[in-house]
Amino acid sequence: MRLQHAIIPLAGAMALASVSANAETITVATVNNNDMIIMQGLTDEFEKAHPDIKLDWVVLEENVLRQRLTTDIATDGGQFDVMTIGTYEVPIWAKQGWLTQLDNLPEDYDKADILKPIRDGLSHDGSLYALPFYGESSMMYYRKDLFDKAGIEVPEQPTWDEVHDWASKVNDPDNGVYGICLRGKPGWGENMAFLSTLVNTYGGRWFDEDWHPEIDSPAWHKAVNFYVDLMNNYGPPGATSNGFNENQALFSSGKCGMWVDATSAAGRIYNPDESKVADELGFAPAPIAETPKGSHWLWSWALAIPKSSHAKDAAQTFITWATSKDYVKLVGEKKGWTSVPPGTRESTYQNANYQKAAPFADFVLKAIQTADPTDPSAKPVPYTGVQYADIPEFQAIGTQVGQMIAAALAGQRSVDQALSAAQRAADRTMRQAGYY
Amino acid sequence: MNQTLSKKLVLTLLAWFIALVVFFPIFWMILTSFKTEGEAVATPPSLFFDPTLAGYHEVMARADYVKFALNSVIVSVGSTLLALLVAVPAAYSMAFLPTPRTRGTLLWMLSTKMLPPVGVLMPIYLIFRDLGLLDSLTGLTIVYMLMNLPIVVWMLYTFFKDVPRDILEAGRMDGAGTLQEVLYLLMPLTLPGIASTGLLSVILSWNEAFWSLNLTTSDAAPLTAFIASFSSPEGLFWAKLSAASTMAIAPILILGWMTQKQMVRGLTFGAVK
Repeated sequence: MRLQHAIIPLAGAMALASVSANAETITVATVNNNDMIIMQGLTDEFEKAHPDIKLDWVVLEENVLRQRLTTDIATDGGQFDVMTIGTYEVPIWAKQGWLTQLDNLPEDYDKADILKPIRDGLSHDGSLYALPFYGESSMMYYRKDLFDKAGIEVPEQPTWDEVHDWASKVNDPDNGVYGICLRGKPGWGENMAFLSTLVNTYGGRWFDEDWHPEIDSPAWHKAVNFYVDLMNNYGPPGATSNGFNENQALFSSGKCGMWVDATSAAGRIYNPDESKVADELGFAPAPIAETPKGSHWLWSWALAIPKSSHAKDAAQTFITWATSKDYVKLVGEKKGWTSVPPGTRESTYQNANYQKAAPFADFVLKAIQTADPTDPSAKPVPYTGVQYADIPEFQAIGTQVGQMIAAALAGQRSVDQALSAAQRAADRTMRQAGYY
Repeated sequence: MNQTLSKKLVLTLLAWFIALVVFFPIFWMILTSFKTEGEAVATPPSLFFDPTLAGYHEVMARADYVKFALNSVIVSVGSTLLALLVAVPAAYSMAFLPTPRTRGTLLWMLSTKMLPPVGVLMPIYLIFRDLGLLDSLTGLTIVYMLMNLPIVVWMLYTFFKDVPRDILEAGRMDGAGTLQEVLYLLMPLTLPGIASTGLLSVILSWNEAFWSLNLTTSDAAPLTAFIASFSSPEGLFWAKLSAASTMAIAPILILGWMTQKQMVRGLTFGAVK
């Protein structure tokens, strides 16, 4: 590998004529989500269009990949030329000086076409450090047939009190239908992604302006009590082991009346091959409580080039290809329009083919456009991020708090106990990290 | 007579029960690998279903199984041979020429296994980066060799210790040097032990996931990295993951099945004196 990288520029300098004979290999690390698997499957298309670049793939599960990439980038290991990271990592890594600035994008890439909240999420100090592969927010899915039977009309913007009421009406455990399914599996990217939005809309925040955690505040108490009560009365049993995947399986097999989760699930639960409820699917914006601020999250998987890459130019050629308008078109034509990577480009949502194939497109677009990571709570916050805070300490804090809330949901401790223990743990972490 | 028969029956039933309990997860995994993704997560789980190879097809389409499997074979066999090469002389000297510090040395070697590997990830990663060993089969083989060395030395030491010194002395009387003593007397006498030690080392290397995931990217990635690419927090994956896992354990399962007599003999070798 190393030798190869040393030889290529040398050979290139000696024999400029035979550039295409010396194909440069770039190593692309990515998550094994559906959209990325499609990208990997289109390797031939890329290599045909760029005969001087060859792609080597490292496809791993999200958590394994995150650890693997962090090790490599923190040690300047140089094993990867393209890294798939999220909106949480990009600003932190950019601040560390680990990522290559992407200011020289080709003219036809049309940077302005990328949805603004996503673009902002991948920028640091006004410069772009990663290109979005797909983006998502959160919204509410419900079963039209059950709602019609119960005589429920869903307004344009539902509230959590209404959701509570509806859950009680459609809840029918004897026939295997639960009022509502929500995430319960502990983890900063699992139950806390959802709970952060719930806390936000109840007026709470993760940290005050001086970085003191506010997990034992009245807003957190109200939100978590509401969540535990709702899930215990109208949720499926064993909810603490339900993450995104498990809930998707429950909802698409017809066991949930409502589900509030990622917009990126829409394509799958609308697909009759994967879902029994495709014909009965209703969409609504994520419910709100006291404030609309931060009621739905914003996330994007993006492609970045580490500073330690030995083939930055080839890597940039690849990431501009994989996030371009032409790529969206290529996937639409080859794999069907519901399979195109959502939530990144204005032009995708203006495409007539996409609008026809994906009736949920407008909800998704609106959810992403109204999510504001720079202003996620009714009160001012020192961090950026709706369902996370963009500091390295957040992963540990989020997961710890998630475990305590899961314990409250399972009835192992009271909400009061869980939140005060969570507050103490978060406070200790922040103090040790030197925030105050 | 009657009593021993019923005792035997109870023991046989118990052994079967334990074997079934131990084997059940593997059985379930193999069963799941022939289901569709929807059936794989269905509650209650179905025992009877139309078997499908869809999971296997998708796994084969997404990753080059042969390349990963070949890496696994090279690394696990290579590291085992290397470990035996170092451990046989080490165990020989400790078993037949002990010093007051031998006991302590053995315990110290074992203590290195008590450190969580993640504790030394950073230094090893940096050393490998500087030596250009990241994502290389050589690097991974060395790490596995070092990882299994304490266990290999320990096992060989216990096997060697059971060999009567008189036999070696007799050989020496006949003019054998140290090398001949080890090659023609000690090793043939303890072959079942050496074989089972080697098999254990192969299995441990085959299953090792921490170092293989962290030190490889694409060229040297073994089957553990192959499996890790099929579990996912987004979208259903149990059937695919089961198919990938079945394929990953198949070679070692077959090897274990073929050599089980050898293994049991080796592991109980010297247990009854």
